[in-house]
Amino acid sequence: MIMKVANNAERIRRELLIRIIRNFMRGTLKDVIDRIAVDMRPRKERPSRCCVYKDRAVLKYRVMAMLGFGIEDEIDEAKALSKYLKEATERQAPDDNILSVLDVACSACVESQYLVTNACRGCFARPCTFNCPRDAIQVVDGQARIDHSLCIDCGKCTKVCPYHAIIRVPIPCEEACPVNAIKKRSDGTQVINFKSCISCGKCMQACPFGAILERSQIIDVLNAIKKGKKVVAMVAPSIVGQFPGKLAQIAEAVKLVGFELMEEVAHGAQMTTEHETKEFFEHMEQGDHIMTSSCCPAYVETVKKHVPLLQPYVSDTPSPMRFTARVVKEKYGCDCVSVFIGPCVAKRKEAQRSPKVDYVLTFEELGSFFAAMNIDVASLKGIKLPRKVEGYARGFASSCGVTSAMLKESTKTVADSNLDNDAKFINGLDQKTVKQLHLYGKGKLPGNFLEVMACEGGCVGGPCVLGDVKLATRAVKASTEE
Amino acid sequence: MTKKKVKVEICVGTTCFLLGASKLQEMERFLPPDLTGRVEVQGTACLGCCRNDNFGSAPFVKVDDTDVIANATLEKVINRVRRSLNL
Ligand code: FES
Repeated sequence: MIMKVANNAERIRRELLIRIIRNFMRGTLKDVIDRIAVDMRPRKERPSRCCVYKDRAVLKYRVMAMLGFGIEDEIDEAKALSKYLKEATERQAPDDNILSVLDVACSACVESQYLVTNACRGCFARPCTFNCPRDAIQVVDGQARIDHSLCIDCGKCTKVCPYHAIIRVPIPCEEACPVNAIKKRSDGTQVINFKSCISCGKCMQACPFGAILERSQIIDVLNAIKKGKKVVAMVAPSIVGQFPGKLAQIAEAVKLVGFELMEEVAHGAQMTTEHETKEFFEHMEQGDHIMTSSCCPAYVETVKKHVPLLQPYVSDTPSPMRFTARVVKEKYGCDCVSVFIGPCVAKRKEAQRSPKVDYVLTFEELGSFFAAMNIDVASLKGIKLPRKVEGYARGFASSCGVTSAMLKESTKTVADSNLDNDAKFINGLDQKTVKQLHLYGKGKLPGNFLEVMACEGGCVGGPCVLGDVKLATRAVKASTEE
Repeated sequence: MTKKKVKVEICVGTTCFLLGASKLQEMERFLPPDLTGRVEVQGTACLGCCRNDNFGSAPFVKVDDTDVIANATLEKVINRVRRSLNL
C-alpha cells in the first residue's frame, strides 16, 4: 500500500508553484523564470542529487511541466523557459496528456527482485533453500545467495525465512499502477503507455524521486484572471479539511485570488444523487444484475480501457463536476471561465471531455495561489456562500459517501428500496481490485450497486490533497452533519 | 516547584502549512523523554515572516515569544528549547 507522506519532492514542487504564481502576478515571471533554478540551488549549497547542475536541470523540467508542457515533447534542449512561458500564455487549450515522466530524475530503479539482506544468519534449517521451487538459493560463506537467472519471483523464500532476512525490492511506480501502464525502457527509465493509463496519479504519488510530473494549467487560469475574465472556482466537496479554516473563509480567499466567486461542487453532487438513484431503479427494472457509480473518473477510465464487460453497468449520470459546470455556465454566461478545483489528476482528463469545464486545478495549486498572494485563510472573516448545500452531498468526498447519499434519496422517493441490502464498495483501485472488477462484470460477485473510488478513502485520499486523510475524513463527516 | 515550560508557537498560516508545518503540529508526540512536559506547543496565525521573498524558508516557528526559527524542523526546535532550559 502506498502512503502519502510529506516529503522533499512535495516541498520543492510547492515552492516552485509559489514562485511562479507570485512572479506571474507581479508581471516579473518572464524575467525571472530562467533564474529560478539557480536561485533555488546556488553553487555553494549542498545538492540533493549528485551535483547542483543536475538539481537545476531537474528544476527546469519541473517548471516546464508547471507551464503545462510534457517532457516527452521537448525538441530543443536549449530552449529557454521564457519561450515556453510565452507559448503557454498564447495557447487556447491545454494538451491531452496530463502526466509526464522526467527521465533525468527517474533513477531507473533495479528490476524488482528478491534480495537477501545481512540479517541472514546462514541457519541450520535453511528453509529458503528447501522451499525454493527452482533451487535458486544456495548458502555460501554462511549467507543465502539467490541466483537471479533461476529465480522466478515467487516469493516463497521471504515467507519461510525465520529472520525475515529476504526482502522484495519493488519498482514503486510499477507496483502502484493498477493497470500496468508504466514500464521500463531499455535504458531502465520508466515510460507511461497513455493508451492504458487511467490518469489516477498513483505513480506520481509513489515515486521516491519525484520523477512523474503533472502538467499544470496554472498559467491558463492566471491568464484568464489577468485578462479580467469572469473566472468561477468550482471546489470539490473534499475541500473541507484541506485548509486550516472554514468554507466561508476559503470562499473569501478564493475571491481574493481573483476568482469571481466560489461554487461548491457538492451542489452538483445533489443533482448526481437524484439522477443516479432514478437510474439505479431503471437498471434494476431492466433486469441488470448491477449498476456501478460513475463519479470517479479514474474508475470510469479503468472500465473503458480494461474491463469492457462492466461497461454497460456503469451509470450514465453526469458527475457532480459536470452538473456544477452546467449550472455555472447557465448562471454566469457561457463566456465565463469554469475551473474545477480538486484533489484529483484524472479530473483533468474528464474535463477535456466536458465542454463546460474549462480548466482544472489541484488543492495543492490553490494553496500555492493563497501562499503566493499572502492570503492567510484562517485569519479571514469569511463571506456568505452563494447557495445552501445539503450536508449529505458533501459526503461524496469520502468512500461510501455516494451510496449513503443515494440511500437517503431513495427512501425519499421509493418506500421500500432494496438498495441498502446489496451495496458493495471498492475503496481504492490496485492490481487486485481491478481483477475484482472483471468478476463484477461477469456477474460472479454479489451486490446490486457498486461504488468504486480509485483512491483509498475516496477523494480525500487523492493524489493532490494537502491535508492528512484521517483528519480530512473526519472533517468531511462533520460537514455532512451540519 | 513546577518546572519552567518553553512556549513553542508553530505557524499554521497558509504558507507554512503548505511547506511543512502541518507535520510539526504533532511534535509533542516526538519529544525526547527529558523534554516531555517542558514544552507548550501552540498553533499560531501567520507570523508575517512569509511576506517577503523568503517564503522559501517556511515553515516558521516562534520560541519563547521572541526567537523565530526559519526552515523549522523538529531537530532545530528541540535544540532551541534545550537552550532555553539550559539543558
Ligand atoms: S504563514 Fe507562516 S509566516 Fe506566514
